[in-house]
Amino acid sequence: MSTLAQKKGFGAVLWDYLTTVDHKKIAILYLIAGGFFFLLGGLEAMFIRIQLAVPNNDFVSAGLYNEILTMHGTTMIFLAAMPLIFAFMNAVMPLQIGARDVAFPFLNSLGFWLFFFGGVFLNLSWFLGGAPDAGWTSYASLSIASEGHGIDFYALGLQISGAGTLIGGINFLVTIINMRAPGMTYMRMPLFTWTTFVTSALILFAFPALTVGLFLLIFDRMFGSNFFDPAMGGNTIIWEHFFWIFGHPEVYILVLPAFGIFSEIFAIFSRKRLFGYSSMVFATVLIGFLGFMVWAHHMFTTGMGPIANAIFAVATMAIAVPTGIKIFNWLFTMWGGSITFTTPMLWAIAFIPSFVAGGVTGVMLASAAQDYQYHDSYFVVAHFHYVIVGGVVFALFAGAHLYWPKMFGTMLSEFLGKITFVLFFIGFHLTFFIQHFLGLWGMPRRIFTYLPGQGFDTSNMVSTVGAFFMAAAVIILLINVVITSVKNEKVGNDPWGDGRTLEWAIPSPPPFYNFKQLPLVRGLDAYWLEKMEGKKGMSPAEPLGDIHMPNNSFVPFVISFGLFVAAFGAMYHNEHSWGIPVLIVGMLITLGSMFVRSVKDDHGYHIHKEDLEDNNDKGVKA
Amino acid sequence: MANQQPNSGNPRVDIEYRRKKSAEEMRHQVITFALMIFLTIVAFVAAGYEGFSGWFVVPFILILALVQVVFQLYYFMHMSHKGHEAPAMFLYSGAFVGFITIIAFLTVIWW
Ligand code: HEM
Ligand SMILES: [Cu+2]
Repeated sequence: MSTLAQKKGFGAVLWDYLTTVDHKKIAILYLIAGGFFFLLGGLEAMFIRIQLAVPNNDFVSAGLYNEILTMHGTTMIFLAAMPLIFAFMNAVMPLQIGARDVAFPFLNSLGFWLFFFGGVFLNLSWFLGGAPDAGWTSYASLSIASEGHGIDFYALGLQISGAGTLIGGINFLVTIINMRAPGMTYMRMPLFTWTTFVTSALILFAFPALTVGLFLLIFDRMFGSNFFDPAMGGNTIIWEHFFWIFGHPEVYILVLPAFGIFSEIFAIFSRKRLFGYSSMVFATVLIGFLGFMVWAHHMFTTGMGPIANAIFAVATMAIAVPTGIKIFNWLFTMWGGSITFTTPMLWAIAFIPSFVAGGVTGVMLASAAQDYQYHDSYFVVAHFHYVIVGGVVFALFAGAHLYWPKMFGTMLSEFLGKITFVLFFIGFHLTFFIQHFLGLWGMPRRIFTYLPGQGFDTSNMVSTVGAFFMAAAVIILLINVVITSVKNEKVGNDPWGDGRTLEWAIPSPPPFYNFKQLPLVRGLDAYWLEKMEGKKGMSPAEPLGDIHMPNNSFVPFVISFGLFVAAFGAMYHNEHSWGIPVLIVGMLITLGSMFVRSVKDDHGYHIHKEDLEDNNDKGVKA
Repeated sequence: MANQQPNSGNPRVDIEYRRKKSAEEMRHQVITFALMIFLTIVAFVAAGYEGFSGWFVVPFILILALVQVVFQLYYFMHMSHKGHEAPAMFLYSGAFVGFITIIAFLTVIWW
């Protein structure tokens, strides 16, 4: 394996990415795949808003609308937001703790390919008889009754990609526990690493509930069981519990890394240490903990009874406390800082009021008696878009601008970045603010059209106009990416000038082994500390020595592909005789490649000390 | 870690200490093994004896089972050793989440 290959053909690059186990390249894979699904989900969103722009519209039919709506939610949560967050975790977290890679590089690649094939499988439903149409929550009473194979695509696709997510989460946990550089104690970890840690723990505990729920659904729909069918002694509410035991932690899985990204941004661009670091850590852990005790706030109206409703209402409201701690810490971080209004910082500043608005409506919804009014109305739609777009999507945009130089070695244009920000910010509030009122006026969610003269017409048009602003913003971001890549002006280690954490101490993009010598961490904001003492970089914690690296592998791709094949077999086995054989062949591919992986010794290779000494000048790309 | 083999070519390993540690470890394992067999016999007796009602036997056996799990984890899977804090924390968190789920299903859905 040549370390100095400069120009490679397209085929070689493709093969490199198909087999890579390098966390930085896997991050790029997540970014591309997640970005693609984000565009797809965005397109679906535009169709939704066009359909709802005017009353009695027939842009799409009722059935197709249900499919588009379901795929919008499912795609955005599972195939866009999660992988994009994973992209930043992969790209940044190992660098922040001073590690050369994640703990299990092979599993990292497996996690990506499982997610990818799951996502492709889910989206193939469009071409193979229709997409799922029971909402992203896929409540059993709807999903069991749904005809065609849509829901089967949902259940099998999410099962495959969910396995990938679970693997990714465990990998991050082990990495953070075991691979921190010398001196990097838990309480010196940057906040993005902390939120990655807590998020991964949430994934570890929350995804099994989804897995179980999906398996029951798969058995009910494809293999003749009756877990959710009341007529056969099942119980349809069980799905809702399983889904939300997973689903509520899931929303925190999304938003905690967003908090992490913003914490980094506030500190960097206020040129100040993050205010209340330990209370931030505490709040993160507390949110993660409480996040598991509130799921039934999505089910206040299912008749759980007043006692259960009261318990879950109070528990839900309690989450607002640690969230409030965080908000104040960010404000105090900015207070007295020397603030520079870069693009990431603009997103971060805009995030605060937007997210607080979503938190306030959250607490309103948490009050069970009130929720009987709000539930299943556009008010809920407004709430979760305020938290998810105002929190998570803002963070993804901010993170993309902040970490672009670290991932690709080039700076996105600040000018275009700010235009993206302004358009998106206006569009976002235009689209979703009015939806609070639509909900209060009585517009139910998940309807494909409405009659004129109910007072919904103008507001829906306003909302649609806002959506076009957001679409324009995304297009400008794409243009920005293209221009930046074509110009290809490389930047140095610390392009923002005020980087505080370890990732800014090494070249952009870092060499494939990240750190020639593991850095010695002497406190929080390790790189900033050294800079303040007039040093150029980190002091090494070890002498220069051979570096052990893992070999690339195509096996993860094959394992995931096997499951992809098997899923088709499972889905069609009731109507086609080839179903069972295909299921078996798929499982054989998967298990066979796992077997190969287990029996074949792969010890990786070493980069020799002499090779490391050669390219000593820092800015050079390895 | 204390459960490493004493023949690890490292010259700084104090073999005497290791040996003492291992002997102690062995004693603990034998004692807990005996205890576990004893608890199992108790469980069988409790289930077999006519005089106890199901309301006593079932919770009683569950408690015995819990004790056995703790023995298993701490003495046979070495969770009592240093360096197992993180796995222990995740184990307990997982048990906690599972527990909450079961409680919720019992009380909210099926009660
Ligand atoms: C202070 C914090 C929060 C509180 C008190 C809260 C409360 C609630 C409640 C009670 C509902 C159920 C409304 C109903 O269906 O009638 C809800 C729905 C929802 N929340 Fe939140 N929430 C909070 C933060 C968040 C965050 C941070 C996110 C995501 C990043 C989020 C995402 C969602 C989603 C996606 C739904 C709708 C799920 C659906 O039915 O499709 N929430 N929230
Ligand atoms: Cu929730």
